[in-house]
Amino acid sequence: MTPLGLYQPGTSVLHRAAAGHKFLALLALAVLIFVVHSPVWLGVTALAVTLGYPVARVSPRRCLQLVRLLVPVLGLVFAAQWWLVGFDSAAVVCLRLLVTLGAANLFTLTTRVDDLVTAVERGLRPTRRFGVRPERLGLLVGLTLQAVAALSMIAGQTREAQRARSAERSLPAFAVPFLIRTLRHADELGEALAARGVDDD
Amino acid sequence: MSEARNTSISQSSGRALPAADLARTVVFAAFIAVLGLFPGFYLGGAAVPIVLQNTGPLLAGSILGARRGGAAVLLFLALVALGLPLLSGGRGGLAVFAGPSGGFLIGYVFSAVVVGLIVQRATPRPGLLVLLLANVAGVAVDYLVGIPYWAAFTGDLRVAAIQSLVFVPGDAAKLVLVSLVAAAVHRAVPTVPAASPRTAED
Repeated sequence: MTPLGLYQPGTSVLHRAAAGHKFLALLALAVLIFVVHSPVWLGVTALAVTLGYPVARVSPRRCLQLVRLLVPVLGLVFAAQWWLVGFDSAAVVCLRLLVTLGAANLFTLTTRVDDLVTAVERGLRPTRRFGVRPERLGLLVGLTLQAVAALSMIAGQTREAQRARSAERSLPAFAVPFLIRTLRHADELGEALAARGVDDD
Repeated sequence: MSEARNTSISQSSGRALPAADLARTVVFAAFIAVLGLFPGFYLGGAAVPIVLQNTGPLLAGSILGARRGGAAVLLFLALVALGLPLLSGGRGGLAVFAGPSGGFLIGYVFSAVVVGLIVQRATPRPGLLVLLLANVAGVAVDYLVGIPYWAAFTGDLRVAAIQSLVFVPGDAAKLVLVSLVAAAVHRAVPTVPAASPRTAED
């Protein structure tokens, strides 16, 4: 659907698995790590999740990015937890974090946004009788991404105007005009949607 | 004027989102995403850029009200969860909901709703004081969700609360800024809480 996204194309087992199944597996894993309190078993789980990365053939560059993101968080949490509670607790908390972050990230790397949207639309179908319309998710995602592109341009223009007024360091001088133009853009989009009969389907 | 606004708010609680409501929700979700695309803002004489994205939910509640503000934040978080790198620093995916800040992200939705509920009560339009009060409540609600969530990982509520104290000074500064900005926007666009721009022009 979009070049924007964290998905990394591939043909591994993890890529081919259905998005819904992968999501359920992820939920099961999340429950598991809160039931398990033994650092040894948590360590085994963390190792299993880590092995998922070579299985999915995630590029070394992506792995490095992830490590760079994880190390400061885990380090900080470990230090704070060790200092405030103790070493064992610090180890358990960090292993839990490692498992959830690692597995959730693996899910995102191997699941196409399109497939996920379809899976969510299908999974939420029973909520239709409560007035929810899950089949609209795809439309909402598309509209929002278009709006992100439009607003990025507006933000750039607002920034330039701000610079021209030499008010670069004033946040309100940027935020107020940007918000007003954002609302104007929303009104235009609303009229366009109404003209296409979006509100009466 | 204020009567027209009240009726349009109540109308928007119907089953289907009218196009104008849908558009504001979608565009504001995008607005929160765009706040994250900015590399950071050098405020005053500060040497360290501040991240603006967490002002998004407060602004959503302050400007769109509870229903559309909450929906906009929910939509934004849904896009992040689907794997789009819209969170500041290009982060995204389900993993961001798992870390220490995951609960604070989920709390954004409640934050926007609470801010919106308070702001909506002010007629004809919210002043700075109401906005400040609403945003203090909004930030507090975010902590009420975020701290217990993080405590589920650490196993200790007190420890989680202490660790979350680092966010307090930044959030305090941001909520004042949000209130100032939202007050200015309400002054500039008096039709803001109205569901449809047409009712205001008629």
